[in-house]
Parts: sequence; C-alpha cells; structure tokens
Amino acid sequence: MELIEAIILAVLAASTPLLIAATGELVTERSGVLNLGVEGMMIVGAACGFAGAWLTGSVFIGALFGIVAGMLMSLVFALMALGLAVNQVATGLALTILGVGLSGLIGAGFVGERITPAVHLYVPGLTDIPLIGRVLFGEDGFVYFSVALIVGVWWFLYRTRAGLILRACGDNHVSAHALGYPVLRIRTFAVMFGGACAGLAGAYLPLAYTPFFIPGMTAGRGWIALALVVFASWRPGRLVVGAYLFGAVTILQLHAQGWGVGIPSQFMSALPYLATVIVLVLLSRARTGGSTAPAALGTVFVPDR
Amino acid sequence: MRKSLLALAAGLLLAGSVSAASAADKLKVGFIYLGPIGDLGWTYQHDLGRQALVKELGDKIETTYLENVPEGPDAERAIEQLVRAGNKLIFTTSFGYMDPTLKVAKKYPNVHFEHSTGYKRDKNMSTYSAKWYQGRYIQGLIAAKMSKSGVLGYIGSFPIPEVVSGINATILAAQTINPNIKVKIIWANTWFDPGKEADAAKALIDQGADVIMQHTDSPAAMQIASERGKLAFGQDSEMIKFGPKTQLTSILDTWGPYYIERVKAELAGTWKSEDTWGGLDSHMFAMAPYTNMPDDVKKLAEDAQAAITSGKLHPFKCPVIGQDGKEVECKGGANLADGQILGMNFYVKGIDDKLPGK
Amino acid sequence: MQLVLEKRAERSGTIALVSPLIAIGLTIVTMIILFAILGKNPLLALHAYFIAPLTDGYSLQEIAVKATPLVMIAIGLSLCYLANAWNIGAEGQFLIGAVAGSWIAVKTQGTDAGAWVLPAMLVLAAAAGALYALIPAICKVKFGASEILTSLMLVYVADLFLDYLVRGPWRDPQGFNFPTTAEFDPVATVPLLIEGGRLHLGSIIALLVVAAAAILLGRTIKGFEIRVVGAAPRAARFGGFNANQLIILTFAVSGALAGLAGIIEVAGPVGHLQPGISPGYGFTAIIVAFLGRLNPLGILIAGLFLALTFIGGEQAQIAMKIPLDVTKVFQGILLFYVLACDSLILYRFKLVFPNRQVASGTH
Repeated sequence: MELIEAIILAVLAASTPLLIAATGELVTERSGVLNLGVEGMMIVGAACGFAGAWLTGSVFIGALFGIVAGMLMSLVFALMALGLAVNQVATGLALTILGVGLSGLIGAGFVGERITPAVHLYVPGLTDIPLIGRVLFGEDGFVYFSVALIVGVWWFLYRTRAGLILRACGDNHVSAHALGYPVLRIRTFAVMFGGACAGLAGAYLPLAYTPFFIPGMTAGRGWIALALVVFASWRPGRLVVGAYLFGAVTILQLHAQGWGVGIPSQFMSALPYLATVIVLVLLSRARTGGSTAPAALGTVFVPDR
Repeated sequence: MRKSLLALAAGLLLAGSVSAASAADKLKVGFIYLGPIGDLGWTYQHDLGRQALVKELGDKIETTYLENVPEGPDAERAIEQLVRAGNKLIFTTSFGYMDPTLKVAKKYPNVHFEHSTGYKRDKNMSTYSAKWYQGRYIQGLIAAKMSKSGVLGYIGSFPIPEVVSGINATILAAQTINPNIKVKIIWANTWFDPGKEADAAKALIDQGADVIMQHTDSPAAMQIASERGKLAFGQDSEMIKFGPKTQLTSILDTWGPYYIERVKAELAGTWKSEDTWGGLDSHMFAMAPYTNMPDDVKKLAEDAQAAITSGKLHPFKCPVIGQDGKEVECKGGANLADGQILGMNFYVKGIDDKLPGK
Repeated sequence: MQLVLEKRAERSGTIALVSPLIAIGLTIVTMIILFAILGKNPLLALHAYFIAPLTDGYSLQEIAVKATPLVMIAIGLSLCYLANAWNIGAEGQFLIGAVAGSWIAVKTQGTDAGAWVLPAMLVLAAAAGALYALIPAICKVKFGASEILTSLMLVYVADLFLDYLVRGPWRDPQGFNFPTTAEFDPVATVPLLIEGGRLHLGSIIALLVVAAAAILLGRTIKGFEIRVVGAAPRAARFGGFNANQLIILTFAVSGALAGLAGIIEVAGPVGHLQPGISPGYGFTAIIVAFLGRLNPLGILIAGLFLALTFIGGEQAQIAMKIPLDVTKVFQGILLFYVLACDSLILYRFKLVFPNRQVASGTH
C-alpha cells in the first residue's frame, strides 16, 4: 500500500468520530442551543455501544445502543435547558461530568473484553484500485454513514423548509415564535439529533477504531468537535474540511516523528487548538460587527403566552 | 422515625466494630494505582500481584486499593488516607507518587512504604522496579530475526531512562543479528491512550516497520498490527487475545512474588528499606510464551533468556557506542553500571532519531 | 392540556432560600438509588461520603486544602459570569500562572535568595494568568469571537506548553530525566499554617478573596456595573456602563485569580512543577461557581461542599470499594438538581388548557 494512501486512510478513520459528533452539534447550535456536553454524550455512547455489541455480537446493534444512549443524555439536557430555562453553559458542563462518571460505571464490567470490529467494504476490482480504491470502496459503515450524514444535514438545512425554520429559530427565536413555529419543540429535536450523533461518534471508537473499551477512551474528542463547529462557522461544507484537517494534523504529527522531524511533539499536538483560535478570530473579523454564529445561540427562550 | 434512626446508629456502630475487630487480627496492606484496574496493562498487572498476595496470604492480610489516583497533590492525600485507614504496608505504583510517598513516609515512621520505579528512599520507604531492559534485549533478538523489512517500529511513552534503556537494549540485540537494523520511534507522550497508540502503530507500519514494539500500556497497537498482518510485542500484560497470530511475546509484569515476599517480611517483623531492581532471575517480570515464530528463533530467545537469567549475558556489555560514535565510559567493569542504565539519556549508535529534550 | 414554563413577575424569595435544600434532598435520594443498584449499603455509603470526612481534623484540613483553589478560581469566574462573559479557560490560566510563578522558583534555585521570592512568584503568577485570560477577552471584544471556545482551546495549549517545559528546559538535572523540576527551595514554598498538617497560607488568601469579592459586588460601583451588565444589558447601556470594558476587566481578574491559585497549588501542596498539577480544578470551579449561585459566600460553601465530596469519595473507595466514578456522577446530578430548582426562582409552571388559551386572548 502506498504511503499516501495509508495516510489518507488513517486520517479518514481519525476524522470520522469528529465529523459525526460535530455534525450533530452543528444542527443543535443552528437551532440556537449550545450544548457543551458533547464529550459526556460521546463517552456514554462509547460505553453503551460497546456493551451492546458485546452482548449481541452485532456492531450494528452496538451502534444503535450508542445512538440511544446519546439521545437519552441529550434529553436530560433538553429538559433542563429548554424545559426549565436553565443556563446552557452550566447544564452542558454538568452533562459532561455526569457522562464521564456514568460511562466509567457502565463500562467497568466490559473492560478487557474483545469484540469483532466493524467490517470493511470489499468490492472485488474496485477496492484494489491503487491510491483511491480503499479510500472510496474499502471503508467501514461508519465512514460512509458520516459522509451521508453531513450531506443529508446540508440538504436539510439549506434545501428544505424544515431546515429553514430550524435556522430561523437559531437566528431569531422571538420572530420564529411570533410566526407560530414551536421553537422549543424544534430545538428539542435538534438537541436530540445532536445527542444521537454524539452517541454514535462515541460508539465508533470501541466498535471500529480500537475494538475494546477503556474508560476515558474519547480523550477529549467531544471538545474538539465543539471547536470544529465554530471553526466551520456553522456551515456543513467547512465542517467536512475542518474535521479532516484536524484528523490530518493528529496523524501527520505522528508520522513526522517517525520521519525524525525534530519539532517538539507538544507543539505539533497544540497545532489544532491554536489553529482553531486563529480561524475563529479571522472568521469573526471577516464579518463586520461580530461573529457568524446563530444570533440566538445560547440564549434562554421562554415563550410568552 | 426514632426507631429507624436507632437502627441506623446501631448499624453504623456494628459496621464500625466489625472492621475494628478484623483490623486487630489482620495486617492491612494498601495499594495506590494510577489507572483503572481494567486498563489491561500497568495497573492491571499490579492488581494481579495484589490478587496473588490475597490468594497466598489471605487469612493473614486484608488489602485495599485506590485506583485512578492522579500524580499530584491528590496522591499525597490518597496515600495518607490509606495510612489513616490502618494500612501498615503501602505500595505506590507509579513514578509520579515518589514525592507524595516520601512526604507521607516522613510523617508516619511506623508505616512502611514501597514505591515502584522511583529513586528516593527513606528508613521506612523502599523502592522496587524491574530490569525490563533484559526483556527488551530478548525482544530485539526476536524482532531482528522476524523482520523482513529490517525496520522496527517503537511506540515510546515518554523519553525517560526506563524507556530509553529499553530502546537501546532492543537495538543492541537486534544489531547482533542484523547490523543494519533500523528503528522508527514515535513518542505518544502518554502511558495510555488507545486511540493515539493505534494511530502511532498505523504510522509506523505505513512507514515500513513490520515488527511493532511498545512502551505504552494498551493493546491498541497489538490490535492494529494484527489487522495489518504484522508482528508485535505486548507490554505489561498478555495481549495475545488481541493478536493471536501477531504476538511474539510480551514482557509481563509479575509483581506477585515480590509482593508476597515483602508482606511476609512485614508479617515476620523483618521488613527493611531496600532498593530492589529485579532482573529475570528475581521473577519480578517474565516473558510471555514465545509464539508465532519458527523453532530456531524460539530457541534463540530461550537461550538468551537463560543466559541473561544466569548472568552470563548482559545487554549492556561494554563497549557501548553512543549515537555520536564515541564509546560510552564503562563504569561497571565489563558492563555499564546500574546507575548508568537508570539514568540513561542517550541513544546508541544505529538509531537515527534524536532523543527529545536533549 | 400542556405544562408550560412562565416567567414570574418577580423573583420568588421562598424558593431562593429553599431550593438548595430541595436540590440536596433530591440528590441524596438519587444517590441512595444509585448505591442500591451498585449493591452497596446506601446509608454506609452516604456516611462515608458526607459524615466521615467531617469527623476528624485531618480530613477537615484536607477539605480546606482541596477547596482553596476551587474557591479562588470560582470567585473569579463568578465575576465573569455575572457580566455575561463566559470564561471556560480557567484551567489554562491556572496552568500558565503556575508556570510563570515557577519560573522565578527555578531561576533562583540553590541561590541564597531572600524572602522576596514567594511574593514575587505570586504576583508574577497572577499577572501571567491575567494576561492569558485577556487573549480570549480581546478576541471577543475586538473581533467578536466566541470567548467560550477561544478560552477553551487555550487550555489545551497551556497544558502542552507546561508539558514541554517540564520535559525539556526546566527538567531537574538530578532527576534521572523524569519530567519534573527540582523541589522548590523553602523560600519558594507556601508556608504551612499548622505544623504536620497540609493547611497552608493559600486558604487564608482564598478567604480574603471571598471577602474582597463580597465587598466588590455588594458595595462598589464596579460591582454594581458587573451585575447589571449581565442581568439587564439594555439598562446597562442606558446607564452608560461599558460592557466591553467589563468583559476585559472580569476576564483579567478571573485569570489573575486562577493563576494565583495555580502557583499556590504548585508552591504549596505539590512543591515542584510537573505535568498534571491540576486534576481539572478550572472546570470543577465552574461547577462551584454555579452551585454557589455566583455569590461569594455561596461559592465558599459550595467549594467546601464539593471538596467534601472528593475527600468522601476517596474514603468511600477505601472503606467500601465504591468506584471514584460515583463522585463524578454525584457532582453532575447535584448540579442538575440545583440548576433545576433554581430555575423555579425565576419561572413557574402553569397548566394551560387549550380553550382557556383561546378565550383569554392576550395577557
């Protein structure tokens, strides 16, 4: 296998959980809700996903477990932040702490177990094409799904009426409410979609990336997903670029070491975060008068009756 | 309401008295763990040692452990909590617990402490570690024999002497089989991060390594090597479950015998502060069965193991040539002195990378 | 028929008093259920968590030692949050402060430096923390970039920077290449308050910080501005209060406090600089700030309470083999209940019947 092809495959795998989680959070934030609990939802998704796959022997069922787990966690968030108008920052952080603790408890019994990881596609003839064969035709279901997911979300947000309404909720919830749209209900669905994605992204780790469960295996990917959404200025197209960019930096940093490049590894590891800050600043400057975030992001909304 | 309060009080008193009674009879031994006992690596093996202890001396001792204790101010408190809970012999199982253990040891001269992989001692504080570089030497021999590409992949955690001496021992051994052997080293900057270790393994394989060795603690690299049809060595524990056709051998931390020996000394009242650096002969570590290799390689490994165990073969036999081409001063007679190995911060000739932090 | 949330005409004083108690009560009930599921005796577990640590002097000291950085950082954060400036990067400011203060300690190592060393360390740490916090603040004020995400990203940068220093340039030459600086000299160490204990001067500083914040918020114009800018932005604008200036100010103060907490932790309980000097204090402090309802006295109590749960969690692990994860679950659940109950201070529930809604028209 060519080195370039190998690197691309590694980057794809590393970027997929980021892409899935960030896609979900993008939808949540476009509806006007800031859910900082992505890491907590992801890690619970990892624990439940592995549990599901181990109990039933099916990676697919495991993925469903992860999705449901993420949705349940996000439902708690929705009840608090939308149902009780609680501060979203605090709620999200509490969700993360709760999630880390819960996943440790749930997953404790499964440490040391092994499952058969997700299978990779193999199309005779196509998969063997040098350079692009395995990239296009040799991936596992999660990778293909992640691409379909972000395309679907793009189409939903920009080509459907429902997506327009969702964006309206994020930009100006007062007007949306005045027009008669059920803002809170739409936001709840958006939050739960975000939770489902986070759970799936978390489940990807023990189901495909490294087929065993270890407490803490998300290692901060949820926070990176949050950064990604901002990095992408809340646009699906840029999100894809950002996700693969972040994945690439992670992988290339390791390769650089193997090639004997003498830059301190900590500096290489810090690059994605520094890049995010710089991009954030540059993008915000580009629009006069402020950021490009959904205008109502993070604000509390209690409908007047 | 009053009745249930009384019941609660009675229950608590009973629980308290029960534990007091058992404390009077049994020796309490405590353990501080860095990670979760389910990490399948470093902490897992320490806990296996503890379980061996319980199995051997169960009626005379009572063990307690605290897992996931970070190396920092919390560690000092955790150790002191064990002391206050009545533990008389406490094992702190990570380098970063060194200063916290020392501080608590000074406060409680009647409690005995055992610190692993450290270098500070006191009248009531011992240190213990194992000469894993011996195992690395054997692995180096096997790797050179089994590698078709002549490139080894090494996943390092941090560039501390323990890891560096392991890399050097590996290469010195490999060079006796293949003088042109090459090694690619990636520093994961963590002892434990399955995702990162998997990525590092992929990168090494993609760059041409076909035998993977690691000084990190999870089975991720073994798993990746297995997926890619390469060979690998496990670390700390048996990882063959993750690579039935992949694992050549593994350095197994077998703390059981040492723990049993020290607890027996404590029970007999003969415990003294010592510095134990056990080689293969001490049974503080072992090599996992040699698998997935032809018989002649297996014999080579077994012979080397026997020679090292008996003392006939020393991985760091002088002259040792440093990366700069100059001979390293030989302070131990025929071999490098223990102190030189414990403080090793240079690469030997044949490694192209630069050691980080120099 | 629907259950809807409706804003109250004015804050409910009774709920404000009662809500923490309800929240704690609900949390205890949830924990009892959790312990039962885990197969542990709930009453013994609750005792190990909450009562046992209060029963001896050692544990009480440890609670104070653990609470010190939490309270200090949380006070700073509360100033930011009151002004609607969301500093999530306190962890990074903590680390940068520790690094800056340690620089003096490392440079004066072994020399016969005078008693000026420790105060200099504290001042430099606070200054460095403040400067580091100004980065996200300025990005927000000048460029409109989200301070939540910039401050968060800078946490990782700070962590990696510390890691680089301790593994490279500042590594103890006698330390066998292990990633730690040499032990700080006595002049560079925070003095203890009680011999043989761990209670140190930092706790006194924390108490002073609480008092200062209470005075600032309750009795000064600046404090008033901070509170109004967050609670009623439009009124603040009419009043001529400069929101941007307050963002800069509160971020700087909170960064300084976090940095101060950082160097105190390093020069006190730890005694040298190493990777991993913070078990997430910067993030736990956010919880403390909210639990304390952004009120200085409340933060003091919340900080002590949370420290209690940490100590209690360890004791529960020793005594009953309850996993440490349970402590995290408990903290998350407690915060949820407190936030939920507090919401009832500003809002209340109403049952709404469809026909009544149609008939009543507008309010």
